[in-house]
Amino acid sequence: MSADTIQSRRDWLLSERPASRMQARLGRAYVAWRRFSANRLAFVGLLIIIALLVIAALAGVLAPYSPTFGDLKNSRLLAPSAEHWFGTDDLGRDILSRILYGSRWTLYVVILVAIIAAPIGLLVGTVAGYAGGWTDAILMRITDIFLAFPKLVLALAFVAALGPGIENAVLAIAITSWPPYARIARAETLTVRNSDYIKAVQLMGASPFRIVLRHIMPLCISSLIVRVTLDMAGIILTAAGLGFLGLGAQPPLPEWGTMIASGRRFILDQWWVAGAPGFAILIVSLGFNLLGDGLRDALDPRSGDQ
Amino acid sequence: MTAAITVDGLEVIFDRFRALKGVSLEVRSGESFGLVGESGSGKSTLLRAIAGLAPVASGSINVNGKTLGTRRDKAFYREVQMVFQDPYGSLHPRQTVDRLLQEPLAIHGFADGEKRIERALDEVGLGNGFRFRYAHQLSGGQRQRVAIARALILEPSILLLDEPTSALDASVQAEVLNLLEEVRRRRKLTFLMVSHDLAIITHMCERLMVMQSGEAVENLTAAQLVAHRVTEDYTRNLLRASEGFVRA
Repeated sequence: MSADTIQSRRDWLLSERPASRMQARLGRAYVAWRRFSANRLAFVGLLIIIALLVIAALAGVLAPYSPTFGDLKNSRLLAPSAEHWFGTDDLGRDILSRILYGSRWTLYVVILVAIIAAPIGLLVGTVAGYAGGWTDAILMRITDIFLAFPKLVLALAFVAALGPGIENAVLAIAITSWPPYARIARAETLTVRNSDYIKAVQLMGASPFRIVLRHIMPLCISSLIVRVTLDMAGIILTAAGLGFLGLGAQPPLPEWGTMIASGRRFILDQWWVAGAPGFAILIVSLGFNLLGDGLRDALDPRSGDQ
Repeated sequence: MTAAITVDGLEVIFDRFRALKGVSLEVRSGESFGLVGESGSGKSTLLRAIAGLAPVASGSINVNGKTLGTRRDKAFYREVQMVFQDPYGSLHPRQTVDRLLQEPLAIHGFADGEKRIERALDEVGLGNGFRFRYAHQLSGGQRQRVAIARALILEPSILLLDEPTSALDASVQAEVLNLLEEVRRRRKLTFLMVSHDLAIITHMCERLMVMQSGEAVENLTAAQLVAHRVTEDYTRNLLRASEGFVRA
């Protein structure tokens, strides 16, 4: 592609007079993308998350060994070497392979929690904020009750009741992580509910349901996306914590928290068994945090010319 | 001439504050009626109460022969539309002009949306080039034109105007006022217009009502106001204030 065509495409995207719905939408996305990619650290975060996605997708190809079967006779607790980059664990399994496969479970947890918790929080918050009165009081007191418990303790209680396992851990984390989203969505809703543009939609005869869904929710979504991204690190850590306590993923599933739990017995002599998954959690959490910070700058409607 | 809007003994109370203290008003069909008064006199509240955006404590509102309850039905919104004061606050920040105009059509189930949007934009003097812009890509005057297009797209017979030009600078003000005049003539609309600017009211309206702290002070015709044939002291003060600083 020559420089001219790139330039003309950029002009098309940034046009002040978009000729179609599509062009307006793409132009808007492009402006957000430019603001996002101007932030180096956020870009690093995005690269980390993309790498995580690629690794999760290609774990079967990338992993040199099986994640669940090890050579008990010859390769127990080997130090990192050319053959086993991250060493092996107490059952002779290659830790690199387990970490690569473990990325799938990390993503599984993070994505499921996000798509369960964020919509619940968004719905509760916007409905409470828009309806006001009794609806608001009841919904927000329920939210307060959930917020009053420490997250991990509440998740523990749920997992204890539901039984250990990664699906139940996901459910427990989702149940404990929606209240902050409801709070944010309600706060955003309160700032826009009395604005003239919402009054104007009321004056068109729109139902409250339509106003919340089509006019208020889109305004709450960007701050919610930012918050969810920033929370992803916390979700990973909670999932790892549950795994560590034996209530999340069950062996031999290569989940990172569970791997740390099983490595803690030899943490002083064979540090790599717990250290490698710990490092993986660190990197991915950092990636999500950086991404969240960048998204906050790119999506915040109050910033710049939006 | 029949009455388009009849308001009788209307009271509006916000958290124990009486914003309107029994105001009565009659706007004839096809006329342009002005509401004048200083800030806080209740003129905007009266407009919002008619639109259903303010809590009515007592009194009745009658539009085109139908008495309104607290809940307005869809038919009401096809009769009565409103243009807000602040063009920067009355357009959704995340929607294109196209989306804004489509919304009322979708709510009321119009089939020929494309054509109506094009016609509405033409009518307010914005071509199709503005159709896919966001509010932040428009100037104040253009925004107010979009707001007028949005109000007209449902083809109402009554338009409530809440200081539609006070946030615009003088030259743009004139353009928007001319646009409103033109639309009124073409569509035979009834206007109920709020303004604190007596010049605009005398230019736009045939009759007007002066308001002070939630009460009606007097009813006048534009001609009476121009000739200073007023009976109340308050109106006289208002007139003097509008003439501004007089060199001694």
